[in-house]
Amino acid sequence: MIRILAARELHSLFSLPSSWFMLGVLQFLLAWSYLARLDAWLQVQPQLALLANPPGVTAWVAAPMFDMVSLLLMVLIPLFTMRAFAEERRNQTLALLLSSPVSNTQLVLGKFCGLLAFLALIVCTSLLMVATLGVGTALDWGLLLANLLGLLLIVMSYAAFGIYVSALTSQPLVAAIGGLAGLLGLWMIDVTASDEHALWHILSPAFHFRKLNAGLLDSADLGFFLLFTATFLLLTIFRLQGNRQGGR
Amino acid sequence: MSGHILGYIQLNSQPVPPDILSSPAPDATTLIARNLTRHYGQYPVVQDVSLTLKRGEVLGLLGHNGAGKSTTLQMLSGILTPDSGEIEICGLDLLRAPMQAKRRLGFLPEVPPLYRELSVDAYLTFAAKLRRVSPDTLPDALADAKYRCGLNEMGPKLIATLSKGYQQRVGIAQAIIHQPDIIILDEPTVGLDPAQLRDIRALIRELGDTHSVILSTHLLTEVETLCDRVEIMRDGKLIYSDTRAHMAEYGDTASLEEAFMQITETEEEPAP
Repeated sequence: MIRILAARELHSLFSLPSSWFMLGVLQFLLAWSYLARLDAWLQVQPQLALLANPPGVTAWVAAPMFDMVSLLLMVLIPLFTMRAFAEERRNQTLALLLSSPVSNTQLVLGKFCGLLAFLALIVCTSLLMVATLGVGTALDWGLLLANLLGLLLIVMSYAAFGIYVSALTSQPLVAAIGGLAGLLGLWMIDVTASDEHALWHILSPAFHFRKLNAGLLDSADLGFFLLFTATFLLLTIFRLQGNRQGGR
Repeated sequence: MSGHILGYIQLNSQPVPPDILSSPAPDATTLIARNLTRHYGQYPVVQDVSLTLKRGEVLGLLGHNGAGKSTTLQMLSGILTPDSGEIEICGLDLLRAPMQAKRRLGFLPEVPPLYRELSVDAYLTFAAKLRRVSPDTLPDALADAKYRCGLNEMGPKLIATLSKGYQQRVGIAQAIIHQPDIIILDEPTVGLDPAQLRDIRALIRELGDTHSVILSTHLLTEVETLCDRVEIMRDGKLIYSDTRAHMAEYGDTASLEEAFMQITETEEEPAP
């Protein structure tokens, strides 16, 4: 049942012109960023060659690009997740799902998996872009895979958060603005906390991604992402249950 | 084109799907609701509503706007949970075994729950999968639902491009595609033109021959032509319950409309 709901969500995302537009814009920005970093690396390469332990092309080009991908997705994911439940409510199609033999958990996981498949495609295309460097030079695949994992985890967290906000309202625009405000808030508590050891950092997915972005795989970071995702998916399930019990 | 459905109905009234034959026996009670109560905040919307539905019966749920009809139907279809009370669908408790009970239900809300970006075939296939129609029987179920609702030619068309009447048929088709024992229709003829009205009513009547149907409406002509039994709600309470024929003879009234007005103005307690 989760697969059926995920396939429906994926189909719905791909049938929207706005999704293709956002994908196009994202690819354009990524390509720009990639070429700009590559150009910068080619210019500083002679100086880097003089260093004893110079950073490789993967660390110089790929890591900053993936960092940018995480920021762009933070802005774009609420635009994809806003429809999850808010639009179903607005169009009154939620009745079809709620009157069918589908549990709230299946419903939430189905939508989540569909969105995740869509977002994973974006992440994979950005990896493919960077992998083209492999034609001319050796790549640090460990760093690339750590970034890939980090991006998938942060996307998972953002999607879960966005779906939860979408379940709170029947207005997709409100869901998008609410999701964006929440994710920006989480990002800002990381970048604005001046004390490096402040607890605020721990709450921010961006903080945990930074270590994976640098190629450092820490089980605490993985645990954070999984916990963050599970928390918001559970809250969404409770919200749907609350809707059945509490009101319209 | 709108008249085609009558032909479909006559042609299609012969075969009875096997799973219907294995369902509850004729005259068996398919739905029992006991003492349903529901509040929105502090405001009571449905109070102590009890009703039953027999196989092959069309039950009309009547009442003015805001009487609690839609909330009652949403509880019966498992969308809303009652604050108290019980709902039994073909012997299955809807609250304790929702997955099994909901397989026996088909629901058409007041606004058909249509994904406008999908084709009719894609939408009905999705609805069938949601209701756990097996992949082996899905093509037959799809063809049957389209046939019964006069949608044979509409399969590849996008739902957004269909007229309101055809969208309503698609809404009914999603409610019957899994051959449920009980079909719940919330004001299924609102906003239709006279030809569409006639076709949809004919379809509902045909559904009443093989399924149990609960129909919410405030059109008394609909009750006259479709319903075997009538329940009337006012202010969230059931105030009248009887056969359509008995309702027509209520008091000294000359028509169902008069009877309805008299009942909603005078009745205080549910009639026996």
